[in-house]
Amino acid sequence: MGTTLTFAKALNTALADEMEADPTVVVFGEDVGALGGVFRITDGLTARFGEERCFDTPLAESGIMGMAVGMAMNGLRPVVEMQFDAFAYPAFEQVVSHVAKMPNRTRGKVKLPLVIRIPYAGGIGGVEHHCDSSESYYAHTPGLTVVSPATVPDAYTMLREAIRHPDPVVFLEPKKLYWSKEDLELEALRSSAGSFGRAVVAREGTDATLITYGPSVSTALNAAAAAAEEGRSLEVVDVRSIVPFDDETVSASVRKTGRAVVIAEAPGFASVASEIVARVQERCFHSLAAPVLRVTGFDIPYPAPKLEHFYLPSVDRILDAVDELQWEDA
Amino acid sequence: MTISTGSPWHGSMQEPAGGADLDARRAVEAYMLPSAEPVRLVDPEGRHVHNDTYPLPDGGALLSAYRELVVGRRVNDQANALVRQGRMAVYPSSHGQEACQVAAALCLGAGDWLFPTYRDTVAVLARGVDPIQALTLLRGDWHSGYDPYEHNVSIQATPLATQLLHAVGVAHAAKLRGENTVVLAMCGDGATSEGDFHEALNFAAVFHLPVVFFVQNNQYAISVPLSRQSVAPSLAHKAVGYGMPGERVDGNDLAALLAVLGKAVDRARDGGGPALVEAHTYRMQSHTNADDATRYRTDDEVAQWVPRDPLQRMRTYLSELKLLDGAVEEDIAGEAERVATALRDGLNAETQVDPEDLFRHVFSEQTSQLREQAAKLREELSREEPSAHGSGA
Ligand SMILES: Cc1ncc(C[n+]2csc(CCOP(=O)(O)OP(=O)(O)O)c2C)c(N)n1
Repeated sequence: MGTTLTFAKALNTALADEMEADPTVVVFGEDVGALGGVFRITDGLTARFGEERCFDTPLAESGIMGMAVGMAMNGLRPVVEMQFDAFAYPAFEQVVSHVAKMPNRTRGKVKLPLVIRIPYAGGIGGVEHHCDSSESYYAHTPGLTVVSPATVPDAYTMLREAIRHPDPVVFLEPKKLYWSKEDLELEALRSSAGSFGRAVVAREGTDATLITYGPSVSTALNAAAAAAEEGRSLEVVDVRSIVPFDDETVSASVRKTGRAVVIAEAPGFASVASEIVARVQERCFHSLAAPVLRVTGFDIPYPAPKLEHFYLPSVDRILDAVDELQWEDA
Repeated sequence: MTISTGSPWHGSMQEPAGGADLDARRAVEAYMLPSAEPVRLVDPEGRHVHNDTYPLPDGGALLSAYRELVVGRRVNDQANALVRQGRMAVYPSSHGQEACQVAAALCLGAGDWLFPTYRDTVAVLARGVDPIQALTLLRGDWHSGYDPYEHNVSIQATPLATQLLHAVGVAHAAKLRGENTVVLAMCGDGATSEGDFHEALNFAAVFHLPVVFFVQNNQYAISVPLSRQSVAPSLAHKAVGYGMPGERVDGNDLAALLAVLGKAVDRARDGGGPALVEAHTYRMQSHTNADDATRYRTDDEVAQWVPRDPLQRMRTYLSELKLLDGAVEEDIAGEAERVATALRDGLNAETQVDPEDLFRHVFSEQTSQLREQAAKLREELSREEPSAHGSGA
């Protein structure tokens, strides 16, 4: 029997299933208890698993993160929620100096199997500090596994895999997708082996590859659909896992198509998108018919709600970039 | 304790204990402790309550503060309505907390500074900031709409407790520059759990700075009740740990707030150093329009706070003093209505946002990268025909 799930409900189900399967999983953060989180991702968990397993903390992100480190050191699997992207910054020191480094410092003696869930990115008309694309900060920090699902089934499987992962995972949830819905076979999904750390080809194509992740996957798919109407066949690769990065899948696609555009919402300068471009040019240079281009946010603070549509990568902007890929027929 | 003017003590903890020293130390500790009960000068029934330490502000001052209170309530109601009509992105209402809002603005002199949060729009307006400019942030046009130097009101801060350190910095600079400035820094009960709160209080105390930390304890941080933030006897007690006096006050009693904050401001100005004031109040509405408070508190609980409304008791008190009558009430209501109309008109008018603004203020001098990006956007927008590729995502 198929079920229709929202992205938010898929995450909620993944948390519940993993808490059910593993009594060491604990969930905590701000407003995750009675309220069920401001996006309702932890809805019902306190009622079902009790206050010890899902609870509100005092309002302090550094405290939440530091306590998670200690809990992970002592046999638990904490899954913490940072309420919004920019409100994870007070926890940054704990993340960079301890979460990311502790396993390395102790030569692997201390493992930190914890998950940092962060609703991130824009497109919801949020005011300042509620729309940051902060993935580059984490991806730039060695020791952090950084992933971002872009589909409802991935929301479910990737969160379960993140919780089971032996190392700390920054789990980035594109908040504009929370309300998106998909029909899926939940039971089949529950028993399917995931592909953590791997990219997927979200749409097959032959002329150029759009490489993207998280909130921009749906925009890239829309662009590919629009391009198809104009007779151009675009492949879309959903990176899924920023760290580790699946060079194999991405390179295979670009070698096949010979052209690529990387799309991400974050400012482009010194970003995950820049890294992807560099890797593709290094690996696929001889297959490339044109330089790899980027469509990213501008190098500016995230705009106020009335201006965000000027900022976000759009179908038009992606297709403009594709047009610039030195086509012989142009 | 009471916040007294002057500085009875500003020393180190390393002094030897014993004899007269010990007595002096105990006196200092007692001096820093808050009153046994929140200071109250006018009770919910509108009757004056005598207090040895805090005299009642005079009638004229109370009447003009009451005027601001009525305007503040009207601003909250109007802003809520504008959110419902889609004219604003979001509004964290201070309904029920207006006495705190008004007192925070009125206790300061013109050269003093106010550091407000997202919830403190009414305080920002009471300080003289233009309402439309103040609501630019919540309307979604830009991240802030007013010039902080015009009324010495910093931008409304959303990252919790961060502004408290900025307040400390402004006060420190004022001290170094020989200015006679007092800084009032606002935050909520939830924000007192953030590290920045503690760092700010400690810095202010160690550098003996003229900062009044004003915590509006409205009992909730979104859904999380005060009991999950702190099990200290009160938030005001935290002051002692940093070496400054703490005081607690009925946050729905405008008279008490004016008296307590006024005294803390005077003391800071006279070189007495920082103080922490905790106002006991209640967030009568949801956290913002996006929140659903029925998930975490009962209507009964909210109902208990209705009779403690800050407007009602001031109205009763002033009427009994014969300072308020039908004509004055009408005059005040008229003023509140004018402010509401200005808000409505201002926010119903379509604003022109300029996409080039995105690139104008990131650096003092625009980088070549930003110039390129601005040119690209300009080119995109200037294509006369709708794009060959149809509409956007
Ligand atoms: C650093 C940080 N973490 C989380 C948030 C999200 N957030 C906004 S308001 C709020 C509750 C704040 O409660 P309190 O300080 O009591 O003030 P109130 O909203 O009740 O006025 C939270 C958690 C934030 N703005 N900043």
